[in-house]
Amino acid sequence: MGHYTGNPDAIRALHRGYEVHRDVYIDPEIYRLEMRHLFANAWVFVGHESQTPNKGDYFATQVGDQPVIQVRHSDGEVHVLYNRCPHKGTKIVIDRSGNTGKFFRCPYHAWSFKTDGCLLAIPLKKGYENTGFENSDSGKGMRAVGAVRNYRGFIFCRLAEEGISFEEFFGGSLSSIDNMVDRSPAGRLEVAGPPLRYLHHCNWKMLVENQTDTCHPMVAHESSAGTAVKLWEELDMPEGTPLPPAMEIIAPFTSPYEFFEKMGIRTWPNGHGHTGVHHSIHSNYSEIPGYMDKMVASYGEEKAKAILGENRHNTVYFPNIMIKGPIQQLRVFIPLAADRTIVESYIYRLVDGPDELTARTAMYNRMINAPTSIVGHDDLEMYERAQEGLHADGLEWVNIQRLYEEGEDFTEEAVENGTTERQMRNQFDAWVRFMTMDMDGVREAAE
Amino acid sequence: MSISKDQVIDFIYDEVRMLDEGRYDEWLALWLKDGHYWMPLDYKQSDPHTVTSLMYEDLFMLKLRIERLNGARTFSQKPKSRCHHVIQRPFVDEIDETAGTCVATTFMHYVETRLDEQQLLALTARHELALVDGALRIANKRVDILNCDAAFRNIQLLP
Ligand code: FES
Ligand SMILES: [Fe+2]
Repeated sequence: MGHYTGNPDAIRALHRGYEVHRDVYIDPEIYRLEMRHLFANAWVFVGHESQTPNKGDYFATQVGDQPVIQVRHSDGEVHVLYNRCPHKGTKIVIDRSGNTGKFFRCPYHAWSFKTDGCLLAIPLKKGYENTGFENSDSGKGMRAVGAVRNYRGFIFCRLAEEGISFEEFFGGSLSSIDNMVDRSPAGRLEVAGPPLRYLHHCNWKMLVENQTDTCHPMVAHESSAGTAVKLWEELDMPEGTPLPPAMEIIAPFTSPYEFFEKMGIRTWPNGHGHTGVHHSIHSNYSEIPGYMDKMVASYGEEKAKAILGENRHNTVYFPNIMIKGPIQQLRVFIPLAADRTIVESYIYRLVDGPDELTARTAMYNRMINAPTSIVGHDDLEMYERAQEGLHADGLEWVNIQRLYEEGEDFTEEAVENGTTERQMRNQFDAWVRFMTMDMDGVREAAE
Repeated sequence: MSISKDQVIDFIYDEVRMLDEGRYDEWLALWLKDGHYWMPLDYKQSDPHTVTSLMYEDLFMLKLRIERLNGARTFSQKPKSRCHHVIQRPFVDEIDETAGTCVATTFMHYVETRLDEQQLLALTARHELALVDGALRIANKRVDILNCDAAFRNIQLLP
């Protein structure tokens, strides 16, 4: 046991207004505490319901470091269970997705469970007679997480039995999911293919912070976006030639500081926030013929225009995802260790929407967020240089002071200059609270 | 003029050597202008458009990728990556004499390295080639990675 376990004051001391101590990124004990406290007390994204459309469909993933199964039960509801046999711990499902029929059957000794986790049968059950088995935790079946919520198709869970409600945790930030889903004329999304999976040797929070870091694209991505603009100019196309989709996607990354300042950042309580309040790098994509008509038919003209007029850039749902409403992309940050993170980048199709939009989204995903992406390469390089650089003993604090104000209040929604680092401070404000809210009095209980 | 099997095999050997030696201008000159370099994300993927791929790049994007490798502010290439292909003798699957086109499949091991890291990928490359003015050109190239569903580190050069 190190210095931080059961010591909420030491955790609180890691964030002081405009700076955070490097231990939040590099200390393995802090990582373990994040998994036990932050990822247990917060609402964490699990998957999309279209990954498990039919009864018995399951999808295996992680919430923090916890192996879980998202499964469609026989009553049609989506449940989230720990992927652990109550007998001896074997993971019940090994593959990433599939259909288990009416029940799960453990491959080791064939204990079986209904798809809500309840124990169904054990071979040679009489061996447990008069052993008190019915009173043991194992006799109850597969354990479910503390709470599950399906919000417009997105499945979130809270591992802790008790805690903040879904509505209170996310509050106004749900408007970004609403906008993403409303862009479907049918009001529904479906996952489109498997996600990109990209392994980073850095702390998960560096990736989350970078989602609202508006002062890096024109610098770190000069080599990709800047070169793209240069090559396009060299082609010397006639005035007014429409940009090809790839250029529409990549060119805005080189926008000047002023563009990012004016786009605005909104923060919500509990660590959520988004860039692109007034406009964003997604604002000037060309129209897809026929799409607006479908939207008007579904929503009426005024509402359709309002939905498509919203061009939020990145919305962070703290702690573990970012979504891009205008292009139906979701990136989930899966922490593996203090210095290991897998990013999975999913795309969704708009039910009843045009294929051209899905194609643009797929293009965005592979151009910007793939392990083969010329944009992703420079981002990864920055994170990993930071992960190594933070070990330098000369300075122990990381600065997040841009447009900082004394006594910032994160309990109110706020809209500010798009280059503020307020959203990063907002995340650490939430980080401290969700790390420490169940920590008092557990010091003795810790090993 | 017809296409011989040996000509196809030599072409593919020469092509990977250009990649390994970083002779990218020569490599780009092998391409027909409507060609696409496709690296699927899913095993046996059939659709490059409406699901994600690792790469699906036209010549403009390939040129950008190559130009960037030598940029003064290409931070992820300081220092530069190096790569190495080991290929089996290509299978020439089809030769269409009248159209002047052919298709070949090649199994390869691809090694990419930078600093202290080195990764090994097992690849299946599918070349669609066409005879233009007596020389073979790449009409399309598809590269499937055996463990396409794994979480990858940066893949910065051209497998
Ligand atoms: S470990 Fe699952 S039945 Fe024994
Ligand atoms: Fe970036």
